[in-house]
Amino acid sequence: MPIQRPDPDQLLDRLQAAAVRARRGKLKIFFGATAGVGKTYAMLGAARQQLLHGVDMVIGVVETHGRMETEVMADGMERLPLREIPYRENRLREFDLDGALARKPALILMDELAHSNVPGSRHPKRWQDVEELLAAGIDVYSTVNVQHLETLNDVISGITGIRVWETVPDKVFDTADEVVLVDLPPDELLQRLKEGKVYLPRQVERAINNFFRKGNLIALRELALRRTADRVDDDMLQYRRDQFVAPVWRTRDSLLACIGPGEGLEKIVRTAARLASQLEVPWHAIYVETPALQRLPEAKRHRILRNLKLAGDLGAVTATLSGADVDEVTVQYARDHNLSKIIVGRDHPRPWRFWFRSFADRVGKRAPDLDVIQVARTEGEREQTRPDRHDVVDHVFKQWPDYAMAAIGCGLAGLLAEVMFPIFDLPNIVMIFLLAVVLVSLRYGRGPGVLASFLSVAIFDFFFVNPRLSFAVSDVQYLMTFAVMLVVGLITGQLTAGAKYQARVATRREKRVRSLYEMSRDLSAALMPEQIAEIGERFIAAELGARAGFLLIDDKDKLQAALPSAKGLPAVDLGIAQWAFDHGEAAGQGTDTLAASPILYLPLKAPMRLRGVLALEMRNSDRLLIPEQRRLLDTFASLIAIAIERVHYVEVAQNTTVQIESERLRNSVLSAISHDLRTPLAGLIGLADTLLLTKPPPTGQQQEVIESMRNSAMRMNALVNNLLDMARLESGNVQLNRQWQPLEEVVGSSLGACAALLAGRPLKVNLAPDLPLLHLDAVMIERVLVNLLENASKYTPPQSPIEIDARIEHDGVVLTVNDHGPGLPSKREEAIFEKFERGKKESAAPGVGLGLTICRAIMQAHGGSIRGETRATGGASFILTLPRGLPPSDDGGTPDEGSAFAGMDAMDEESATERPQK
Amino acid sequence: MSEIRARVLIVEDDANIRRFVRMALESEGHEAFEADSIKRGLIEAGTRRPELIVVDLGLPDGDGVDFIRDLRGWSAAPVIVLSARSSEADKIAALDAGADDYLVKPFGAGELMARVRAQLRRQTQQGIAGEPLIRFGDVCIDLTRRVVERNGHPLHLTPIEYRLLTYLAAQPDRVVTHRQLLKVVWGPGHGEDSHYVRVHMANLRKKIEAEASMPRHLITEAGIGYRFVLGE
Repeated sequence: MPIQRPDPDQLLDRLQAAAVRARRGKLKIFFGATAGVGKTYAMLGAARQQLLHGVDMVIGVVETHGRMETEVMADGMERLPLREIPYRENRLREFDLDGALARKPALILMDELAHSNVPGSRHPKRWQDVEELLAAGIDVYSTVNVQHLETLNDVISGITGIRVWETVPDKVFDTADEVVLVDLPPDELLQRLKEGKVYLPRQVERAINNFFRKGNLIALRELALRRTADRVDDDMLQYRRDQFVAPVWRTRDSLLACIGPGEGLEKIVRTAARLASQLEVPWHAIYVETPALQRLPEAKRHRILRNLKLAGDLGAVTATLSGADVDEVTVQYARDHNLSKIIVGRDHPRPWRFWFRSFADRVGKRAPDLDVIQVARTEGEREQTRPDRHDVVDHVFKQWPDYAMAAIGCGLAGLLAEVMFPIFDLPNIVMIFLLAVVLVSLRYGRGPGVLASFLSVAIFDFFFVNPRLSFAVSDVQYLMTFAVMLVVGLITGQLTAGAKYQARVATRREKRVRSLYEMSRDLSAALMPEQIAEIGERFIAAELGARAGFLLIDDKDKLQAALPSAKGLPAVDLGIAQWAFDHGEAAGQGTDTLAASPILYLPLKAPMRLRGVLALEMRNSDRLLIPEQRRLLDTFASLIAIAIERVHYVEVAQNTTVQIESERLRNSVLSAISHDLRTPLAGLIGLADTLLLTKPPPTGQQQEVIESMRNSAMRMNALVNNLLDMARLESGNVQLNRQWQPLEEVVGSSLGACAALLAGRPLKVNLAPDLPLLHLDAVMIERVLVNLLENASKYTPPQSPIEIDARIEHDGVVLTVNDHGPGLPSKREEAIFEKFERGKKESAAPGVGLGLTICRAIMQAHGGSIRGETRATGGASFILTLPRGLPPSDDGGTPDEGSAFAGMDAMDEESATERPQK
Repeated sequence: MSEIRARVLIVEDDANIRRFVRMALESEGHEAFEADSIKRGLIEAGTRRPELIVVDLGLPDGDGVDFIRDLRGWSAAPVIVLSARSSEADKIAALDAGADDYLVKPFGAGELMARVRAQLRRQTQQGIAGEPLIRFGDVCIDLTRRVVERNGHPLHLTPIEYRLLTYLAAQPDRVVTHRQLLKVVWGPGHGEDSHYVRVHMANLRKKIEAEASMPRHLITEAGIGYRFVLGE
């Protein structure tokens, strides 16, 4: 048996999902069959437990419906004040999302997940509020009834006859971290109803008779139980996958839902969504627009597109395709996307159209290998879908010039025929009229074409067929001519109109592609954000008829006001733009967030991160409902975002080059200065020394002069060193040469460097034996210690002792240098680390007050700190902390085989047992 | 200490420093030759056969490191490098190229002469190679028996510690970089793992030195490497 291993993609998905979950709050849903089973009560009970454990918990919204037991449970819990929203004349009270986000409790109770918010709230639905709370890392308890689940909605309305409009997408329920089923047998529920425990007494009778029939309750309970069981099943599968109990291999047999012009679209969409979630597969929903469908009344077309959007909301990948042959386009799409199950609405058999074959049959015949699932359509919707006579009249009215032109065309054909009548036979005259019909159809489309067909027949009959100037026909033969003429006219009209439509569609598509191409070409040449904004505005105005504004982020990742534009900006609301940016989601017009705003805000997502927000003011907001337009807009947005990111990185690269260049310059200047200053000093000191070596040896007085010359030069050298070090440290990016090393070594080398200065002083070094390796630049830290030791020797009496201690404290190592001098000047413990500050003004001891400043800069560059204090026992104490970090594990470094001493391994076996301690 | 007279070559472009070094050397009886560029330096080194060379790292016609590299092709004379402070990388490069010690500018005549004496002493000691015993402080290394004793008691060293100690002790007063130690003791594959050396050196110090944080024999050259000093 082959070893089964988990699909890497799935693993990755799961890891990413886990990462997102870790940041998000946890959602716990109390799930029930109907109202009155005690969800709110159970939720409050669970919340009370949390409260007892000291969890920071508040009530966001709890609907007690005046039930006493529930009221009692909620006693003593903190309630978030509700917000008042003016609505028409009233002021309605609604959950205060911003208040909750500002309060940021650990846990919040949000009753009735399916609740619709009062218009004017940020989100239309409460579950969207909950999503935002979760995204902010707040845990949420909520309640929901089974009938509120989106995909079960129409099943339940079928059972109970009552349709609820407040629904929650199944996604929310399925992705909840925990679902608790609150169950109550129907008899007990009815008992509670009768006892008035559920609703106030007045409502009881009506409720029992309508909704709370025992049969309904049993069905609802079963649905709730089964839905919970499905979820538990999912959890179990997830667990098995996580634990690698039995890796699940899944072939991707995804679903394709076909949305057509027929009735019951919503049911098809919901069924497909439900099936997809049961099968745990992705699904697609498509609408194939044929020339015939293009002519559908606007309202009907919108209904189709709305359903496509519903499918999108329910998790489908949606597409609008165009083509003449629906079956062919559908099957092609299914094959391209590896979709093996096609869901279609069942066509009603129509005996009078015996040649008619249903869509399901046609797809089945074309692709016998694909499963076709037929879904019964809901009857109720048929009424609305009748073609509206008013629409047709309206259409004709709007296009009257075309119809007039059709009539004129026929008249001209008649005149021409009149001229030719004496010369040609009647059948040839017919051709003139047919030509007129074809031309009219070609120029003005289908309706005028039909009019032209009828008019042509009428004119031909009236003016040319005997008896002339009468509709009467003497020769019955002509009836055949009329019929054929009419049919040929209508068919050619249809064909030419269809061809013209296809051509128009193709042109439009080409135009879209061309504008995308042109835009990306223009964007690739842009060098500044302003240019990008200008290009974006131009193309969006041309393609979508919208005004655009660009809000980009600055260096500190803060959203800036819109870039100025020549064409005038839309009235951007910075608050909404910020929301869209923070959440990385579209907001404003036509979205789920603040839909009342006249402007659509799209986040500009580039590969690395969000780059800003695109604000769009649409002249015709319906255009965004059309998936093609929406996709075009999204493509525009991502092209723009990528261009902005590219420009950003160009800038970053330039800055870096400039920085590197200036850093290089500074370093070369510094080393030139240091060389040029030190060489003469070295000469001076050296020559002073050689003076002492001259023969005959200098006198005592001369020697003194030489000594002080030498000392001055040495002091000057120290000063130059300090100034150069300071300049180097001040430049900001000090290049530390950090290595993992024992502190002892640095202390040792510092003491060695100061050996001459400290001669004759008692030194006590006490380094804790368990000090870890530290990641530091030995030269720099030596400099710190040497500076401190020099200070100690300078400011304390000779022969007074100096102590150095080191120990581990918390997650760092603390090194202390203590002396037994006069201590630090009081209240100036901080000030002595400032530049050019000295403990005593005009002290006799040499120095300019840079030593401690350098110490502090070096310690800070190491991520450590330094402070000074006067000990209670007298004497100054400098306390240095260094971070511990994660030292590399030392295995002693096994020597290579061929190393010079490799042959010596066997030399002293007994001593080899004593391995170095870490 | 016995007086050693030697021929010393000074390669340095600054005339003042050259003069002072020369005077300091001559005051102890050494014979000094001067060169102000790499080219002159190599010619002088080839013709005069100096027993010690003092080289400045920054020369008008190139880098002192290149000079050392060229020189090491045919001469084993000890090299003392003169360098500016805060250029550890240059010093390491020079030492890796074959220099034996370094002096940071500005330096005094006393310092210079101490280094010169140490290098010349090393030179003569190498003359009596095959000496099986190295003694310093209260420690004695017996190379033939492969035993290290302190105050007559055997010290337990790990193989690595033994290798480190013998390698360093064999060339007293010479600055050995971390990389050189890694290469010799661990092998060429460990060129960058300098914390190995530091850890083992710390352990070795605890066994050899009277006070590990104030070492007298295994001296740390911060950021560069180690120097073994015999001591008095």
